[in-house]
Amino acid sequence: MGKVVLKLEDDISTDVIYPGRYMATVLPSETPRFAFADMTDFNGALTAGRVPPGSMIVAGKNFGCGSSREQAVSALKGHELTIVAHSFARIFLQNAINLGLRIVTAPGIEAAGGDEISVRGETVVNETSGASYPVVKLPQARQAIIDAGGLIPFTRKRLLQKKSGDSHN
Amino acid sequence: MGMTVVEKILARASGRAGVRAGDVVEPAVDLAMSHENAALVINQFLEIYGGTALEPLVWDPSRVAIIFDHRVPAESAKTASNHKRVREFVAKHAISKFHDIRGDTGGICHQVLPESGYVRPGSVVVGTDSHTTSHGALGAFAFGIGATEMASVWALGAALNVEVPGTIRVEVTGDFPPFVGPKDLILHLIGRISAQGANFKVIEFHGKTIDTMSTSGRLVLCNMAVEAGATSGIVPADGETARYLREEAGVEGPQPATAADPDASYEQIVSIDVSSLVPQVACPHTVDNVKPVTEVAGTKVDQVVIGSCTNGRLDDLEVAAGILRGRKVARGTRMLIFPASGKIYAQALRKGLIADFMAAGAVVMNPGCGPCLGVHEGALGDNETALSTTNRNFKGRMGNSSASVYLCSPAVAAASALEGVITDPRKGRD
Repeated sequence: MGKVVLKLEDDISTDVIYPGRYMATVLPSETPRFAFADMTDFNGALTAGRVPPGSMIVAGKNFGCGSSREQAVSALKGHELTIVAHSFARIFLQNAINLGLRIVTAPGIEAAGGDEISVRGETVVNETSGASYPVVKLPQARQAIIDAGGLIPFTRKRLLQKKSGDSHN
Repeated sequence: MGMTVVEKILARASGRAGVRAGDVVEPAVDLAMSHENAALVINQFLEIYGGTALEPLVWDPSRVAIIFDHRVPAESAKTASNHKRVREFVAKHAISKFHDIRGDTGGICHQVLPESGYVRPGSVVVGTDSHTTSHGALGAFAFGIGATEMASVWALGAALNVEVPGTIRVEVTGDFPPFVGPKDLILHLIGRISAQGANFKVIEFHGKTIDTMSTSGRLVLCNMAVEAGATSGIVPADGETARYLREEAGVEGPQPATAADPDASYEQIVSIDVSSLVPQVACPHTVDNVKPVTEVAGTKVDQVVIGSCTNGRLDDLEVAAGILRGRKVARGTRMLIFPASGKIYAQALRKGLIADFMAAGAVVMNPGCGPCLGVHEGALGDNETALSTTNRNFKGRMGNSSASVYLCSPAVAAASALEGVITDPRKGRD
């Protein structure tokens, strides 16, 4: 269970999540400092450590649209946030899966700032309002990457399989 | 059931007789492009090899392209050091398709790739940039990926677990009226189907208007397909593609043409007649907030920008110069022009366009991503308004979250720069 610390509308772009001027910063240990940098109150709360891990951001459709910059994902993951959105833009969704940011697609989700939300299998429950919303499952192909612990271990395993296959031929 | 163009490309690249939307494939990658974010790709690539006892070598250095464009020349010591680190990696791995900060072969990745002949019809192109969709203009299946996914491609030479996207077919007919062109068409389409209307899908462009459109115009359409959420935009390769490759990219020999089957399955068909289209403007702060120029005419603009991977090509600069020639940019308005590549800059110089721009009071900047994403130069002041031929108008895009960005064609941008307010370029130019 986590508290909704930020409620956002449709079409939140990666320019809002991680402004372009910080793109020269790439290390996952450094990017979290610039999460939502132009939303100074929320960024201040994040960087001061006032947002506990497991907190929720609830957003509308097309969250993460725009630039493919992976910093937008590593910055949120660094704060151990969960994003529940009506839908996600393709590249952001894939980056989140690749890096292990927790994201949940719940097309009907309604929540206000401060509500307590929990994700139970294929349902998101707003514990404050009592309403529950179905979760759209990820395609099997993407779930396999999550199950492997992200794209790096997934690729590493494939690479080792490929090399051992090569040496047997 | 027949296949769409992208289904055919993915079938070939995956070694299958046929695929259809929803299938999961692992296509071999023909070209893997990165820009400055190669610095992050390198980190992730080395991470993959960590603890494996394998030597970290890219699968095929001839298929990796790295083009510096986002922050050129470096705006900070941090960027310069990232550039330096990438250069060292490029040298060590003998990556030949490397375009450094140079006046002759440098430029924006989405212009350098096609003009260098790196993009071929029917190929699979991935790039760590969302506007990689651009390369569908040459009949390739081209899509944006993140840095970690690129690291995986560098290691394996394939994109893993790719779901074959469904396709939206867009049929375009009619002749463009004067001062209306590809940018107006794509803005109109995005306004019609919304910023998420093509999420996880391909937009395949067809029709007489597309058949007679130059590759430069097709690049505009495919570039902005991602602004409707599309995985990729694509124009099936044809005679114009072969002409472009031969005459403008120096690629000899016949080119394969991949056509959609007549009985291919489309998720949606959208028809557009451009003969009655008027100049379009995308208003703050989403690209699908599109209105006819007539509805926003008179809005004061502090900065006008012409350039980018969307509209920084020679035909764009010619349209702008035709409007600006012999006239002056309005007092109180700044005009910035950045050609998409060194090659285009040189062509514009020879044609006298750069002299026209400077005489009009515009500032001509070096090729690169320039002010588009607010990381380098041309940032906006508090509450200022920009009108730009770039592709995004999100809050904060040009470096200031209290500023507003409107998107338009080069004709609207040039006409507006003269007046200092958003202006219909058709007015007084019939």
